[in-house]
Amino acid sequence: MGSIFDILGPVMVGPSSSHTAGAARIGMIARQLFGRQPEKAAVYLHGSFAATGKGHGTDKALIAGLLGMKPDDMRIPDSFKIAKEEGMEFIIEPREIKEAHPNTAQIIMDAEGVNTMKIQAYSIGGGRIRVCKLDGIDVNFSGESNTLIIRNVDEPGRIKEVAAALSDAQINIATMQVFRDKRGGYAVMVVETDQIVPREAMGDLESKKGIIRVKFLLAN
Amino acid sequence: MSYQSMEEAQTRCGKEGIEFWKAVQLEDAEERGVTEADSWKEMKRMWRAMLDGLDAYDPELMSRSRMVGKEGGLVDAYRAAGDTLCGDFMAKVMSNALKMGCNNACMKRIVAAPTAGACGVMPAVLVTYYREYDVPEEKMIEALYVAAGVGQIIANRAYLAGASGGCQAEVGSGSGMAASAICHVKGGSTAQIGHACAMALKNLMGLVCDPVGGLVEVPCVKRNVGGAFNAIAAADMALAGIESQIPVDQVIDAMKEVGDKMDVSLRETGIGGVAGSLRAAEVVARMNM
Ligand code: SF4
Repeated sequence: MGSIFDILGPVMVGPSSSHTAGAARIGMIARQLFGRQPEKAAVYLHGSFAATGKGHGTDKALIAGLLGMKPDDMRIPDSFKIAKEEGMEFIIEPREIKEAHPNTAQIIMDAEGVNTMKIQAYSIGGGRIRVCKLDGIDVNFSGESNTLIIRNVDEPGRIKEVAAALSDAQINIATMQVFRDKRGGYAVMVVETDQIVPREAMGDLESKKGIIRVKFLLAN
Repeated sequence: MSYQSMEEAQTRCGKEGIEFWKAVQLEDAEERGVTEADSWKEMKRMWRAMLDGLDAYDPELMSRSRMVGKEGGLVDAYRAAGDTLCGDFMAKVMSNALKMGCNNACMKRIVAAPTAGACGVMPAVLVTYYREYDVPEEKMIEALYVAAGVGQIIANRAYLAGASGGCQAEVGSGSGMAASAICHVKGGSTAQIGHACAMALKNLMGLVCDPVGGLVEVPCVKRNVGGAFNAIAAADMALAGIESQIPVDQVIDAMKEVGDKMDVSLRETGIGGVAGSLRAAEVVARMNM
C-alpha cells in the first residue's frame, strides 16, 4: 500500500480512477517513452477497458495522455478534438489480448524519423498503472520513480557498463531489472534511480556499443 | 510503516502527547522522506481541489449515458424554496454530495477520496461545514489528515475498492473517513474519532457495488448523499458520547469478512443489485454498450 495520498487523491478528471485516470496515465507514459507526440497512434482496448471504456471516457483519456495531458487535465473530455487540431491521427479498437489484465491497453505509436514503438500497459486502480510490454519484450514498471529504460543488444558486459556509467554520474540505483526478448537478441534494462539522470549521462549511455535506445521517465 | 490499526495510532498519540492528525502527518513525512511542511502543502492542494471542484459544478452538463448531471441543481432550487425536510444545512450537504458525484460522472475534476465513485462524501461533509461555520482552513486540512489516516488503516486491514469489497469499501469507507474528520473539526477526542468511524462503517456494512452498465453513475452519485448523511449522524453520535461497542479495528475486520463473502456479481461487475434490474438492461441497450 502506498502513501496517504493514494487514499486521499489523486486529483483527477472523472469518472473512474482505473478507467479514466489510469488510462490517461498510460497514454502519458507511452508518449514519454516514445519521446515525442506521435503523429499516428493505434490504441487497442482489452477486457473491461473494451467493455465499459466508452462510458468511462477511457478512449478520451488515453488520447489525452498521448497529447501530454495529465490525469487531472480539464481538457481530457475534449481530447479527440484537440488531437485533430494538433494533427495526431488515431484509431481506437477493441482487441482480445491473451492472458492480459482486464484493464489493458496496447498502443502503437508512429512519427516520421522515429522507430515505431509498441507498448502494453494496464491500470491497477487508484490511477496507478504498470507497463508490461515494450516492443514485444515483457517488462514491469510504473513510472512512479525516476526510471531509466535502456534497450540494448543482449550480450555480456552491458549491465556492468550501465552500472558503471551511472555510478560515474553520481547516480544511485534503487532497483534494476533486466528483461530479455524471448526470441533472443535484444534486452531491456529498467533502472529506477534516486536522482534525475542528466542529459549528458543519457548521451554517454546512448553512445556505448550495443545500446540502442535510452529513455528517462521523471518520477510522476 | 503506516498504521496497521487504530489502536497502534492511538497508542502513539498517547505516548507522544499528539493529536491523531499529527500522528498521521508524522507518519507520512517519515514514510515518504519529506518534511512536515511539504506534506502539509500536498494536503492543502487536496483541500483546495475539493473547494474548486464543487465550484466548477455545471447543472447543464449530463453524463455520457445521460443518466445523471442535473441533481445538484435540483436540490439547490429545492433548498432555496426553504421547505426541505432535512433542514438547510443538511440540504447543502446533499447538494454538494450530488454535485461532486455529478462532476465525476461528467468528466470534471475531483479528488478521489478514497475513490472516484465516493468522491462526493468528504467534500459534502467538510466543505459544507467549512463554508457554513467559517472554520480556519488549517482545521480542515488537519481533518483531511484524520480522514486519510483512517482510510489507510481501512486499506491496510481491508480494502477501498468496490471490485474488492463492494460499495461498503468505497462509500462506506468514505463515510467512515468523513465521520472521523468532521468529528475532529468539532473538537472530538482521538477515541471519539475512532467511534465515529466505527459507527459510520457499521451502518453501511454489507453495501454492495452495483453500478448500472458498469458506469460510476447509478447508484453511485446518490449514494454519496447516503454516505455523507451517515457520516454526520455517526460523528454527532460520537460527540454526544455514544461509543461503538465494537472497536473500530474489529469493525474494519468484519467489513473485510463481509466483502470476502460478497458474491462477485455484487462487486463492480455491473451484474447484480440494481445493475441487474430490468431498467438497467434497458439503459444499457439504449447506450448500445
Ligand atoms: S456502487 Fe460501486 S462503483 Fe458505485 S460508488 Fe459504490 S463502489 Fe463505487
